[in-house]
Amino acid sequence: MNLIVSNPQGSAMSGSSPSHTVLDVNDLRIEFHGKSETVVAVPTLSFRVKAGESYGLVGESGCGKSTTAMAIMGYLGSTGVIAGGSIRFEGKELVGASARELREIRGRQIAMVYQDPMSALNPVKTIGSQLAEVPLLHLGVSRTEAMEMAAAMLEDVRLPDAGDMLKRYPHQLSGGQQQRVVIAMALLARPSLLLLDEPTTGLDVTVEAAVIDLIGELRSRYSTSLLFISHNLGLIAETCDRVGIMYSGEMVEEGPTGDLFRRPRHPYTQGLIDCIPDITHDKRSRSLAAIPGHIPLPQERPIGCFFAPRCTGFTAGLCDRPDLELEHIGGDHMVRCIRWRDMKRSQPAQLAQIGKAQVQTQAVAVSGLTKLYKLGGDRTLKANESVSFNAAKAEIVALVGESGCGKSTLARIVTGLDRATSGEVRIAGENVAEIQAKDRPRDLLQSVQMIFQNPDSTLNPSHCAAFSIRRSIKKFGIRKGKAAIEERVRELLEMVRLSPAIANRKPNQLSGGQKQRIAIARAFAADPALIVADEPVSALDVSVQAAIVTLLLDIQREKQSTMLFISHDLALVRHVADKVVVMYLGKVMEQGTVEEVFDGGTHPYTEALISAIRSPNPDEKRRDRVHLTGDTPSPINVPTGCRFATRCHRKVGAVCDSVAPPLRKMSDTHEIACHIDATELRTTPSRYGALGQGRA
Amino acid sequence: MATLDIPDAVQVARTKSQTRSNWMRIFYSRTALVGLFLVTFWVAAALLAPILPLPSPTDSDVMAMANPYPSAAHWLGTDILGRDILARLIFGARTVLSVAPLSVAVAMIVGITMGMLAGYYGGWIDTVISRFSDIILAFPVLVIYVILIANIGPSVMNIVIATTIASAPGIGRITRGLVLGLKEQEYIAAARLRAENTLYIMLVELLPNCRSMLIVDACLRIGYTIITIGILGFLGLGLPPPNPDWGGMVKESVTVLNVWPLMSLIPSAALVSLVLGFNLLADGMREAWKP
Amino acid sequence: MVKFLLNRLAMMLLTMLCASFLVFAVCEYTPGSVARKSLGPFATQQQVDLLTAKLKANDPLVVRYGRWLGVLVGAIPDPLQDPSTGLNFKDPRGAQYFGNFGYSTLNKLPVNDVIWNRLGNTAILAGLAFLLIVPLSIIFGILSGLKEGGALDRTLSVICITFTSIPEFASGVFLVTLFVILWPILPGTSPLTSDGGWAIPYQFVLPVAVLVIYDFGYVARMIRVSMIAVMERPYIRTAVLKGMSTRRVILGHALRNAMIAPFTVLLLQINFLISGVVVTELVFAYPGFGRLILEASLFGDISTLEAATLITVAIAVVTQLLGDLGYMLLDPRIRVR
Repeated sequence: MNLIVSNPQGSAMSGSSPSHTVLDVNDLRIEFHGKSETVVAVPTLSFRVKAGESYGLVGESGCGKSTTAMAIMGYLGSTGVIAGGSIRFEGKELVGASARELREIRGRQIAMVYQDPMSALNPVKTIGSQLAEVPLLHLGVSRTEAMEMAAAMLEDVRLPDAGDMLKRYPHQLSGGQQQRVVIAMALLARPSLLLLDEPTTGLDVTVEAAVIDLIGELRSRYSTSLLFISHNLGLIAETCDRVGIMYSGEMVEEGPTGDLFRRPRHPYTQGLIDCIPDITHDKRSRSLAAIPGHIPLPQERPIGCFFAPRCTGFTAGLCDRPDLELEHIGGDHMVRCIRWRDMKRSQPAQLAQIGKAQVQTQAVAVSGLTKLYKLGGDRTLKANESVSFNAAKAEIVALVGESGCGKSTLARIVTGLDRATSGEVRIAGENVAEIQAKDRPRDLLQSVQMIFQNPDSTLNPSHCAAFSIRRSIKKFGIRKGKAAIEERVRELLEMVRLSPAIANRKPNQLSGGQKQRIAIARAFAADPALIVADEPVSALDVSVQAAIVTLLLDIQREKQSTMLFISHDLALVRHVADKVVVMYLGKVMEQGTVEEVFDGGTHPYTEALISAIRSPNPDEKRRDRVHLTGDTPSPINVPTGCRFATRCHRKVGAVCDSVAPPLRKMSDTHEIACHIDATELRTTPSRYGALGQGRA
Repeated sequence: MATLDIPDAVQVARTKSQTRSNWMRIFYSRTALVGLFLVTFWVAAALLAPILPLPSPTDSDVMAMANPYPSAAHWLGTDILGRDILARLIFGARTVLSVAPLSVAVAMIVGITMGMLAGYYGGWIDTVISRFSDIILAFPVLVIYVILIANIGPSVMNIVIATTIASAPGIGRITRGLVLGLKEQEYIAAARLRAENTLYIMLVELLPNCRSMLIVDACLRIGYTIITIGILGFLGLGLPPPNPDWGGMVKESVTVLNVWPLMSLIPSAALVSLVLGFNLLADGMREAWKP
Repeated sequence: MVKFLLNRLAMMLLTMLCASFLVFAVCEYTPGSVARKSLGPFATQQQVDLLTAKLKANDPLVVRYGRWLGVLVGAIPDPLQDPSTGLNFKDPRGAQYFGNFGYSTLNKLPVNDVIWNRLGNTAILAGLAFLLIVPLSIIFGILSGLKEGGALDRTLSVICITFTSIPEFASGVFLVTLFVILWPILPGTSPLTSDGGWAIPYQFVLPVAVLVIYDFGYVARMIRVSMIAVMERPYIRTAVLKGMSTRRVILGHALRNAMIAPFTVLLLQINFLISGVVVTELVFAYPGFGRLILEASLFGDISTLEAATLITVAIAVVTQLLGDLGYMLLDPRIRVR
């Protein structure tokens, strides 16, 4: 309910000052022995975590960061082998330790917090019994004492009503609560090292913010060292003292957080930072710089620098030498790049000239759209309730919100995959809200196409990549005749920068980015007027994400198609959209142009969302954080009055709980649904936003 | 301990090896190879039966009746009527290897159709089909066979009908489960958005992705059906003579088991080997095609 | 919960009705056989026709089914017991009572006098087999599921697959050859009388063995699959990385989860054992329920067959319900609120 200015990074600095090394990983080599082949997941890796320190290990999927964590825990499955090097924990060698020795360390001295808390908890055991196991196992206490400790710990992780919580099962908790339980479980035996493996990936941003604050707070209380593994640079920058950047199983750069993010030396680190959209820039002021190519498979690693094939500074004779080492470049900062002195940070790529769409012809008009799902009994799920917004031709309208806000349902209704309960969706003047795809005339289907979220399910695994593109061209009669269709398929693949050779590959031979490119080509194959993109890049690695977003924006601009861009990522939305619609629990909280929503007066919920964004830029003024309490209520029993009232930090009073908020017209295009009046809405937010300021 | 979530690097690497053809992967499994060998052996024997130098499976050798043990003339001996056991086995394989796969094929067609409709459409279609399946599945399989065959009489056609009634609901249930998972996939939505009709979506977008599970299931069901046909023969409900029938062979000779055990043991062993072949093959395929 | 149970109960009754109608339709599709079978092969056609008329056996199928149902619930008296038929069929319980399954034309006795005795015999056989199948399949399944593809898994898997490939008559032949003929330590028949010189407990060994061999491998395979899936779940990793020993992880975390899915399969074996034992009973001349079904179907004894069907289907739906209830007990996620 109230605002706390927190700074988890600084809070734990007062640990044991002549800091000894807690964890010392030296020349670690991890291999996986398959039936026919051996995969070297981590060729050689060294790093240290000091007492009281928070160390961040960053990298994209496949870089070996999680494997390293599992190796530290001595848990690599039946095929994983530590083929060399050492892992010393408090001076004790963990490589080759006996099962008994490992058992004494696991959970007691090194504990872990996992990525997906729901699956990390045993579904058939109560929270209490799962928590109590830890002290029972390690501290030699009685069952009642263990339960008391569990209850106390639950209070420490700020779960309400600990006594009741102990008797509950994991599925009765929300994602944020589950992660708090997992954290409580990890801390129960007071470990000296805590491994956090993507602890907030999959959680909503406002919940993530609360979990991160909690970790920072508990860390200082229990003086635990952290090994924080994440792909999220912003998160790492904010929570860690030192950072190691991994690429394809190797450490490419390591240094104190501020130094490393201020002066990244390795071209990969630089690329990684540049490809993250940040909240202070939109598509007119900065375009995302994608890293070309893809992460090499373990068996395709080049000799010398693994990043060489993707590097603009590659120099034959230097970068392909096999003996490249991490080099000290001053202080604690190390980099594995022989040409680091020459690696100038590329300036933000030149900007494409994007004018605002001049002619404002209406392309889509949604008004009063409501979607109810009958759940049996008298329960109904309100997925959308009187949602209204417009999109002009060639405009990109972003629908933003956390899980359960109804943005995807809306997308399905617009495309005809689902039908509205009431309300209108007008496309080219015709109301299509209640017409499902199979009843839509062919030209209407053709004019609305969709790009989906999950690259693994967007293509049929039984058919080759170009199959659905070909079908689409044929079905809509875009081209006639086999040769013409093939020609068009080639053009489309070229448009999404894929080689024509990919057309005949099966989806399981393609990377996530390639699959998503095919999906874009498929959507544009029908020459649609409206593209609905439902979280098109959220499943992709950041470096790939940037490339796909840039591609999508380019094509959209060229084809002048209207786009509904659905996303939970505000920074990305800032970068992509012309207009933003913020949704919460099925209702529109705020809508306006991208400038109005991000720079002007905002709805308290938008404010919270914006404040939860973390930037890796250390010089950017740290934004004050809005702390939301609780979790999103279930859409089955929505609060009467304002939907956001249960969590709002700027609640006016009882009126918020009982009366639906009025629509405040901030400008012609900007609307906010809130009980706070327009003038106050306009003035306050400058406190929270540090927007509009340039990169240092 | 078991392998847990295969770390990222390996997952990436694994996509490579998946380029190997699905069918080829069977040859990497030892169990599948043994199964394949057993099945191939009997299929070959059944196919070659007319050209093999075998005595007639139906003629009695009166001389051998007194001494039915294996001899140069009758490699595996003769049965109580003096008929050559080897010939009866091989000709019996022809029967069982044509009736069982045929029955299963018909049951698969019916079952897949039921499952596709129930899974894809849901709603009342699903309710009707699922309720009907539940009723059939409440019957023990063997009771269905016994009641049906005892009342409509033993013939190839009736065995096919009985197998269909007994197996189609189970196949339908598997298909329905697969379709329920697959129909939410984004590529199905994409197909709907390009005006594909429902039949096309079922046959081209859904069915190929159920393929491997259904092939494994069919393989297991052929094994069960062979057992069932054997049991029907043993119960005296088998195909009418003179068709040699493995179950029937056991039935005829089980009364003299204490005198001439080979007469019963040999057809029993033959049946077990063929069923084992199909079961091992199914298991091998499941291992090889595991996602 | 009450609503759920009532709902299920209605569903069960409906299932039993449908099943009994289906069996009635299959057996009675050609009318008139009741009279012939009641009077025996030596009756004249005239006598048969007379009885047929008296029993109204030429009425449409649905009407006859309705009449059978009426007899069953005790709404109308059993027409076969009418003295005017001259058949002299007499049920000591009377001609009209709830649960009247009618008169067995095969045994010339009321069905209720025959069927429960046979069912009891089979229940003993099935119960013994079930008591062995449960622990055996759990042990085999859990052990092979611990480490997929390991030496232990492969050995146990091959044993299970081989055993499920042996139908009861084949294993009967193998076991009798071994333990009755070559090394005579057990009886080859199990009539449940001590006339043959074998004590009754010995008579159970081979029939039970035959059932267990054919059935336990299948269940063990199901448990194995479930166990493998559970061992790959992240919460097992959580338990291991808490510092628990392998034994505690398996007993405390894996076992219960691994039994959720196979629980129904395990209960379904009761069905199979009650009515699928035809072959075993035939091989060992065991006076059981399965053989009764076989004899009744071969003879066309519709009353007995209908009674047997109703009982098997009733057992099936009850085990299904038990399965669902047990499922809820094991898995808190699907408990009805």
